[in-house]
Amino acid sequence: MPGLFAYLVVAALVFAIGLFGVLTRRNAVGILLGIELMLNAVNINLVAFARWHGDVVGLLFAMFTIAITVAEVAVGLAIVIVIFRVRRTIDADRLDLLRG
Amino acid sequence: MVADPMRGVPVLSIITWAPFVGALLIMFTARHRPLAVRLIALVTTSISAALSLWIFLAYEREAAGFQFYERVPLVPPLGISYELGVDGMSLLMVLLTSVIIVAGVFASWTVPLRSQEFYALLLALVTGVYGVFCSLDLVVFFLFYELAVLPMYLLIGIWGSTGEVRPRGIFAWAYRETGVGTKEYAAMKLTLYLLFGSAFILVGILALYVNAGAASFSFLDLEAVTFDFAVQRWVFLAFYVGFGILAGIWPLHTWSPDGHASAPTAVSMLHAGVLMKLGAYGVIRLGMGLLPEGAVDLAWLVGGIACINVVYGALSAMAQVDLKYVVAYSSVSHMGLVMLGAATLTEAGLNGAVFQMFAHGVMTGLFFALVGLVYEKAHSREIFKMGGFGTMMPGIATAFTIGGLSSLGLPGTAGFVAELLTFMGAWRSDHQWWLVPAVLGTLLTAIYVLRVVAQIFWGPPSVHVHDLRDARGPEWVAIVLLVFVLVLFGATPWLALGPVDTATVPLLSRIVSP
Amino acid sequence: MASVLLVLGLPLASFLAIALVRPLRRRGRAAGWVGITAMIVALAEALRTWLGSTRGTVILPWLPGDGGPMATVGLLLDDLSAPMLVLVTLVSLLVQMYSLAYLHDEPMPSLGRYYAYQSLFAFSMLGLVLSPTYLQMFVFWELVGLCSYLLIGYWYTRPAAARAALKAFWTTKLGDLGFIAGIVMLWSATGTFEFDALFRMAREQTLPLEGLATIMFLIYLGAAGKSAQFPLHVWLPDAMEGPTPVSALIHAATMVTAGVFLVARSEPLFVLVPGVLALIARVGAFTALLAATMACVESDIKRVLAYSTISQLGFMMAAAGAGAPDAGFFHLLTHGVFKALLFLGAGAVIHAVGTNDIFRMGGLWRVMPQTGVIFIVGTLALAGVWPLAGFFSKEAILAGVWAGGRSGVFVVLALTAFLTAFYMFRVVFITFFGHGHPHGEAHPHEPPWLMRGPLWLLAVLTVAIGLRFAIGGGGEHHPPGWLAALSLALAAGGFGLAWAMYGARWIPVEAVRRPLAVIDFLARRRYFLDAIYGAIYRGVMLGFARLIGWIDRYLVDGLLNVASAGTLRAGDALRRIQSGQAQDYVYGVAFGVLFLFVLAQWWRTP
Repeated sequence: MPGLFAYLVVAALVFAIGLFGVLTRRNAVGILLGIELMLNAVNINLVAFARWHGDVVGLLFAMFTIAITVAEVAVGLAIVIVIFRVRRTIDADRLDLLRG
Repeated sequence: MVADPMRGVPVLSIITWAPFVGALLIMFTARHRPLAVRLIALVTTSISAALSLWIFLAYEREAAGFQFYERVPLVPPLGISYELGVDGMSLLMVLLTSVIIVAGVFASWTVPLRSQEFYALLLALVTGVYGVFCSLDLVVFFLFYELAVLPMYLLIGIWGSTGEVRPRGIFAWAYRETGVGTKEYAAMKLTLYLLFGSAFILVGILALYVNAGAASFSFLDLEAVTFDFAVQRWVFLAFYVGFGILAGIWPLHTWSPDGHASAPTAVSMLHAGVLMKLGAYGVIRLGMGLLPEGAVDLAWLVGGIACINVVYGALSAMAQVDLKYVVAYSSVSHMGLVMLGAATLTEAGLNGAVFQMFAHGVMTGLFFALVGLVYEKAHSREIFKMGGFGTMMPGIATAFTIGGLSSLGLPGTAGFVAELLTFMGAWRSDHQWWLVPAVLGTLLTAIYVLRVVAQIFWGPPSVHVHDLRDARGPEWVAIVLLVFVLVLFGATPWLALGPVDTATVPLLSRIVSP
Repeated sequence: MASVLLVLGLPLASFLAIALVRPLRRRGRAAGWVGITAMIVALAEALRTWLGSTRGTVILPWLPGDGGPMATVGLLLDDLSAPMLVLVTLVSLLVQMYSLAYLHDEPMPSLGRYYAYQSLFAFSMLGLVLSPTYLQMFVFWELVGLCSYLLIGYWYTRPAAARAALKAFWTTKLGDLGFIAGIVMLWSATGTFEFDALFRMAREQTLPLEGLATIMFLIYLGAAGKSAQFPLHVWLPDAMEGPTPVSALIHAATMVTAGVFLVARSEPLFVLVPGVLALIARVGAFTALLAATMACVESDIKRVLAYSTISQLGFMMAAAGAGAPDAGFFHLLTHGVFKALLFLGAGAVIHAVGTNDIFRMGGLWRVMPQTGVIFIVGTLALAGVWPLAGFFSKEAILAGVWAGGRSGVFVVLALTAFLTAFYMFRVVFITFFGHGHPHGEAHPHEPPWLMRGPLWLLAVLTVAIGLRFAIGGGGEHHPPGWLAALSLALAAGGFGLAWAMYGARWIPVEAVRRPLAVIDFLARRRYFLDAIYGAIYRGVMLGFARLIGWIDRYLVDGLLNVASAGTLRAGDALRRIQSGQAQDYVYGVAFGVLFLFVLAQWWRTP
């Protein structure tokens, strides 16, 4: 049974990989996948800490996050599809409508 | 007083809200009926005016203090309530507001564009002004204050006129970027400046509320509290800066010339005539009334800056070529006299300050009304393009001269009484040298005012302008009303000073023996 | 006191009627008759008051204050104000009658305006002399100043008149600043504006003397402005731009003497400050001499009279300063009569000839003998010839100054008396005798009866007052016998020189002018005082105003606009951070979080 530290390292790595994906991917779908990874890194943390503390609330919270994540992906993908329909592209570099 | 028929009637609320009701009526019932708009405005402001005259006469001078008291709790846990009452000082200010707004309604009779919205905003604004003068709860006071300030933005931005200011000097780039001279610029400048001041006021009010610990925003409750000296100092400073901006203190006065020059006639009248007085009133009522030690401690600052205002404003007025700017700078100068009188912290000086607020309000209202008429008829505000108008518009010339004489403090007009009292106060104060700039100000005023009168109305008729007519119809009502008030209170100042004295003496007694 | 109220109220009523009733104002002659009627009744009442024995004070509160009024108003009738009432109403009445003929060419609405101003002036002047407090005096003081301004600027379309009106107002206002500051300081020290209370304090020696010299000097400044004392005299010659009757009434007989009246009124206070009194006497004498020299070289008949007025005011002030204010006041009254006579006579001449320049007149004696007689009576009185009114009052002044021990002032005044006779007879010889000039299209003729009547009345009064003193003795004054001889000799000398130069032409003008070239040069240029004032006004005052205006617009407001433009620019710069690309924002968030972690760690380290 690895200690808490190992889980945290894994979570941090997953988080970093996710962040890297979000930052470097041009494709909006890729960015969404990165976000998924980051969220799951958090889930790992939640579960690990729940185990560590022996507190079930962390597990509940992880379940909750998974549910939210699903909703988020659904909405995110929907937005991406709409953007694609309108702009004929999902290249993040060219989506700068919010530019000041 | 025999059986009072008005007992139990919320007179102050009626005075305050009648114009607001008028504004609503105008918005919802008088669409596309310009005459109805004006009549509603006239009737509702007349109701306020008649009632304010009535309370002025019915005010019991022996009893003094706040009368016609009304109170309705609004937010009991926080100690906020709708609380109205007038003392001798606010009484005169309410009367001033009435005089100016009635004259203003007449003076803007010929507003061609969107008169419905114009009058509605004007009336809403007046409600704010009345509310400030009547309310005794600081939160309500602040709300009314904002109500009085904000409609200005639209009134100037929509109905204003764009002047000419050439960007020059080392900061020319800044002028070009801000768009100096346009009415939008003036409206924005004025609004931002006054809101900047409001921030100080709000902080000051909250500081008082917290420090008093009485869980009440009522002026009467706060008046009973003696604040720490440090609190007094800082909050007085906040009030001074916050209200002072509205009163046009140097060097925070530059919104006033631009704003007043760009504003339409009635708005200039109301703004220079009444709103600037809100500032001075705030300093006296909240600053000196609640923070006597702070007032004493900072009197040197208030008076010193007021001295700068007096002389600087007069000299600036002398340098202007645009008639409206001359009048606007004369307001800066005269508001300096108001603040100077207040800063003397003497009975004479404070009475003089309050009376100057009244006198200058009427006078500057008259000025702006007349300038509006001259502009409307001559299509120019540039002084040196005018000349010899006296033959063509003798009535306007006479009224303008009377206004000018009042502004230079000629006896027989209200301006003299105010200046005299200010002088008396200045010499009795701790800073006797204040008398020098105060007296000098009247000489400078005599120079720039009479120079303008001579330039515009005297001399051979100008070649630039033809076919001028004297004032007519409703315009006359405004002029005659204002001139009458000016001369009446100049000849019989005790009418106004009686009640004022009942308000200033207790205020001073707190300052002298806190 | 009811009749005093009537004297005061009638001109006011007439002013209000003319000013407010438009049809009346538009019909100038009718307005004139309203004014004249009011003045006739007022004169009758004033005479009754003067001859009657009622004297007293009425005081009413004006400015309320805590524990008693801060300032009061009222009426004060005493031996100083009673004769002034008569003088003011009399001259006002005569001038108003005279004006009706003099201004017959004026458009009717203008004439209405004129009579409104005239009535207002009469009211203000009467209010001034009846004032029981300094404050009320100041109130009416300023009001007469206003009337003077309005009447000088009566022909307001003429630029010269507009300028003169402004000059008069500003110059006197400069003095008035001192006046108001002085009475405010006096009030601050004593708590009252009332003459009675102040004089009682002075008698009982309870008046705080500290700073009194400053106060009285400041009050004197007001008097100096109104009574055209050096260096504030520059406005009076220019004031001649107004209609001649106005000059007679305001700028000779009544308003300009207000300063002397003020000093005479304040005598109990002035005696406490001998230094200021000495100054008043010296400045008065200097003014008298200075103005007389300017009168000697002036060619405008009205300006000669104006300088002569300044000079005579100098006499009065010198008397007041030398401790003989009653002599000064006496001269004020007699001067009021004969100077009005001279001005109205000059008006008749101007009316007939159509010019003010004495060198374009001449030989008028033949065509206007009545006016000539009248003018010569006035001249003799002004020159101080026995037994006319001027002789006695001038002698009283010289005696008072001599008795006051001011020998320097005495010498200057004596010299001025000589010059007075000279310049007045110079005018007489040039205007009425001398060569008959062709008068162009104008055909000089005697004035109509409405102008002649007042002239004769004033001439008779001038003689009658003189005879009254010649027969009845000089009242309480018993001047030394040599003084009468000296004054007569001075007058005769002046007359003789004028006759020799301009009548018989024995002495060529150049022969006199050459040795006095410096004075001649300076006097013709008014000693450059006007130029200096003009330079101060235009250069210093307007220049400074322009500087302040520039500073306000381009520095004070400029800094504000810099702040505003700076905000706009900063916003513009920061705007570019918002690339609109979600990934950039994520970078921001990531590095932000990282930064916060580092910061938190670093924070905890120690």
